[in-house]
Amino acid sequence: MMNVREFSKISMIKGTLMAVEGVSDASYNELVEIETTSGKKRGIVVDSQLGVSIVQVFEGTTGISPTGTKVRMLGRGLEVKISEEMLGRIFNPLGDPLDNGPEIIKGERRDINGEPINPAMREYPEEFIQTGISAIDGLNPLVRGQKLPIFSGSGMPSNLLAAQIAKQATVRGEEGSFAVVFSAIGARYDDAVFFRKFFEETGAINRVAMVVSLANEPPVMKILAPRTALTLAEYLAFEKDMHVLAILIDMTNYCEALREISASKEEVPGRGGYPGYMYSDLATIYERAGKVKGKKGSITQMPILTMPNDDMTHPIPDLTGYITEGQITFDRSLYNKGIYPPINVLLSLSRLGKDGIGEGKTREDHANVMNQLFAAYARAVDTRGLAAIIGEDSLTEMDKKYLLFGEMFERKLINQGLNENRSIETTLDIGWELLSIFPESELTNIKAEYIKKYYPPYRGKK
Amino acid sequence: MENGRIVRVNGPLVVADNMRSALMYEVVQVGEGKLVGEITRIEGDRAFIQVYEDTSGVKPGEAVYRTGSPLSVDLAPGLMGRLFDGLERPLDTIASTSNSPFVSKGIKVSPLDENKKWHFVPTVKKGDKVDEGDIIGTVPETGLVEHKVMVPPGIHGTVKEIVPEGDYTINENILILDMEGDEKPISMLQRWPVRIPRPYKEKLEPTEPLLTGVRVLDTIFPLAKGGTAAIPGPFGSGKTVTLQSLAKWSAAKIVIYVGCGERGNEMTDELRSFPKLKDPWTGRPLLERSILIANTSNMPVAAREASIYVGATIAEYFRDQGYDVLLVADSTTRWAEALRDLGGRMEEMPAEEGFPSYLPSRLAEYYERGGRVKVLGKPERIGSLSLASAVSPPGGDFTEPVTSNTLRFVKVFWPLDVSLAHARHFPAINWLQGFSAYVDLVAKWWNTNIDPKWKEMREIIVNDLIREDQLKQIVRLVGPDSLAEKDKLTLESAKFIKEAFLKQNAFDDIDAFSSPQKMAKIMNALVLFHDRGLKLTEKGFSVKDIVEKATPVMTEIIKSKAIIKNNELQKYDELIAKLNSVFDSMEKGDAS
Ligand SMILES: Nc1ncnc2c1ncn2[C@@H]1O[C@H](COP(=O)(O)OP(=O)(O)OP(=O)(O)O)[C@@H](O)[C@H]1O
Ligand SMILES: [Mg+2]
Repeated sequence: MMNVREFSKISMIKGTLMAVEGVSDASYNELVEIETTSGKKRGIVVDSQLGVSIVQVFEGTTGISPTGTKVRMLGRGLEVKISEEMLGRIFNPLGDPLDNGPEIIKGERRDINGEPINPAMREYPEEFIQTGISAIDGLNPLVRGQKLPIFSGSGMPSNLLAAQIAKQATVRGEEGSFAVVFSAIGARYDDAVFFRKFFEETGAINRVAMVVSLANEPPVMKILAPRTALTLAEYLAFEKDMHVLAILIDMTNYCEALREISASKEEVPGRGGYPGYMYSDLATIYERAGKVKGKKGSITQMPILTMPNDDMTHPIPDLTGYITEGQITFDRSLYNKGIYPPINVLLSLSRLGKDGIGEGKTREDHANVMNQLFAAYARAVDTRGLAAIIGEDSLTEMDKKYLLFGEMFERKLINQGLNENRSIETTLDIGWELLSIFPESELTNIKAEYIKKYYPPYRGKK
Repeated sequence: MENGRIVRVNGPLVVADNMRSALMYEVVQVGEGKLVGEITRIEGDRAFIQVYEDTSGVKPGEAVYRTGSPLSVDLAPGLMGRLFDGLERPLDTIASTSNSPFVSKGIKVSPLDENKKWHFVPTVKKGDKVDEGDIIGTVPETGLVEHKVMVPPGIHGTVKEIVPEGDYTINENILILDMEGDEKPISMLQRWPVRIPRPYKEKLEPTEPLLTGVRVLDTIFPLAKGGTAAIPGPFGSGKTVTLQSLAKWSAAKIVIYVGCGERGNEMTDELRSFPKLKDPWTGRPLLERSILIANTSNMPVAAREASIYVGATIAEYFRDQGYDVLLVADSTTRWAEALRDLGGRMEEMPAEEGFPSYLPSRLAEYYERGGRVKVLGKPERIGSLSLASAVSPPGGDFTEPVTSNTLRFVKVFWPLDVSLAHARHFPAINWLQGFSAYVDLVAKWWNTNIDPKWKEMREIIVNDLIREDQLKQIVRLVGPDSLAEKDKLTLESAKFIKEAFLKQNAFDDIDAFSSPQKMAKIMNALVLFHDRGLKLTEKGFSVKDIVEKATPVMTEIIKSKAIIKNNELQKYDELIAKLNSVFDSMEKGDAS
């Protein structure tokens, strides 16, 4: 690329943007170094014209003055040094250590924006990951290479669940566990500390790399954090043969940073003030997951977001759901009932689960049981609504059975301990136990041979 | 042609000067990396260029190279079974030659294999007069598709030379025409600008259903060959699965699937499954009749806008050969958003929700490309292009501009209902809100070819579903006890319709595709329950009693969707006989 060029005429400073005069050869997305009297900052060129460049400053423009500021165009894009040595360490989104450890010396510079994976090079994900969580394994199964977010609400235990999954996730019949690339986006300090401590206590810290941007940092750092993390994830997965679990937390902070930057550029706002391109922008993050041909590793992505006002139709969960391969959705009423994890399975979905289950993968009856549990729980919830209006006594006998099933389903199947790691067989057996509330004729989703084999009344008889 | 000079780079929008002689919609190559772009506005000597690849690293001062021609696609044998990107670049070839999991920018690979020889059989001879659209020969492109090589639109003349039957590449001249005194060489390769619909002789009314094997579609809201349909719904409601079912099972001769701004893995899913799955109508591998076009959500936005037109042009080309073509687009919302994004960067005045004011006319133009037509050329032939598109409304709100405008231009509407999807009732098509303008037209076909009572049966089914909705509202107000027995029977009948017929598991080997005969059999069972059940209530039987007695057979019928194969339909006759005997014995006894 080009050489370093230096400029000093700044004609405008606004929000995170500044205009640098006299530049005619700045590349789009070129990296810029800004020297102010109070220290160095970095930025990129977001609009390059003959004679002027608009630069977005990562650390914010606080302290930049039209006079006495030197702007150096570095002749390259935004690259971060990536290396295996990052496991066990903590960095900021620009790759600078945050843990008092040494800088990464032996690394490879990578453009953190990455490139789209060729669909013809993708390998379809279909290896079941046992998370030990019934609501996920039994009803919304996760497979290796999937992108499956958690839609949480403020105050709900998404951190606990993410940590539990990171600890318990295994692919059956395989040694070794996932390397975790953890990106804290606009995190509160105590959240970052929680995860750090959790990984230390579980002895996993040496296979965890953390990329952290804190809540009080300028918005651009939050835009960079997941990209740097995923650049590392791609490197580990596709060049170092590792199975990577990428946890991004909290994508709501990411979207708010995106909105803030868009507003500062005076772009036409879309729904909720978020920019119209938020879908495409989020896609450049979420699509960085999967498996590819000829490579042993994989990236399984678990972004976590907080639904503003618990509203699933809010643009942040909405656009996320349009890109990811399903979602695990928390429900305030389950949370208030004391159910952990408070997963509403009807509002949740795993689009890739179907390919990871069944004979030889989980158990032959899995798909049938799963469909039956969904159908029964959906009817239970429906019946609950009806009972609230017309009173439980007016319900038919069968409807009453469904009511009972709904309660048991939440308390026995969904609910589980923070350290409870259930095998898929345990989960399915609980499911059968619950289904035995019903007569055989209600089980229209289950093949006769599985009913004969697993339906508790038959099992008892043998 | 003189080169232009870049004066501004703002994301996918590049402005260049020294472009006074440029053409609107001309394709250009931008910067040292020669990125593909298209001119979308000209002001003085400045051209605004929409660039189809990531512009990082491009800078003012670099050159813009003109090509003089608009964005076009290559049309020739070698299209079937392939995966292209939104600009017809072959992602499959790029994968096998680049050895990288990623698509790097600036890659230049021609869409079709230029070295492969195709077996060409001429159908004209020296001295014949030929006109645009005339078939001059055929190539067996796949086991399923005979590629008709045609005289390109705008060309005519007398055959001066025609090659003998043999193997030729797509670039070799196979025919030399005397066109008004000029020699005009013709190869198997045609190019056509994607934004201009290919010409045809005459538009005709659709006459036949485009069967899809999906029961709720074929029976409740049928599509016709040459028809247009939209399937809107919030995320996770089943748009892609339904469109994939159409791509897999529909009775189209050729299917073109455009993944427009959607997931990479969905394209991969098709790539891995289509070679293995069999076209139910011919028994051949699906890939032999399919073309996939992928501009995934993380690929550059501008190419997403183009991908729809690339798909439509390839589809029209096969329609012109006289085939029934289905073009599936998932999702047109992402295409509209690309329009919005590019319009915004050009500082156009936004209309509704930031979309450009020309959104409705672009949508209208797109759906206008569908239809059943008498195509150009001899021998006379009719081709059809059916369009089925997903719409992805933000927050599932159907009043937003893309959904509401699409509704104006399509004849079939398959709205997906979030509450059905959450309850795992799939396909989650709302039977009260959907519509099809083709019902009467296809009823004739069904009554003649499948079952003379089809239309009548459909009406009973639809009425029970409508009536159920009204009754449910009453139940919510005053409880179920207040209902008359015949109304209670309607509720049971509707439940049976949903469980045994409307619900269809796209991932079950047997249930995924229903032949029209299988559909009619199940309908007979549903109507039987409705008719005879009603009669019993009139005789004083309670619905509770009826249901209790009929449940075992009804459970069997519900399960049979996934058990009885399309070639074992006599088993339905047995089930229907069983159901009849339940009613017979009840009728013989007394109402208790
Ligand atoms: N006919 C069907 N049979 C069984 N499952 C279905 C069917 N249709 C949809 N589903 C289920 O719903 C899920 C979501 O469907 P699909 O991917 O088609 O949604 P979508 O509307 O395309 O969503 P998005 O807008 O996010 O792309 C599927 O992964 C599958 O689990
Ligand atoms: Mg979809």
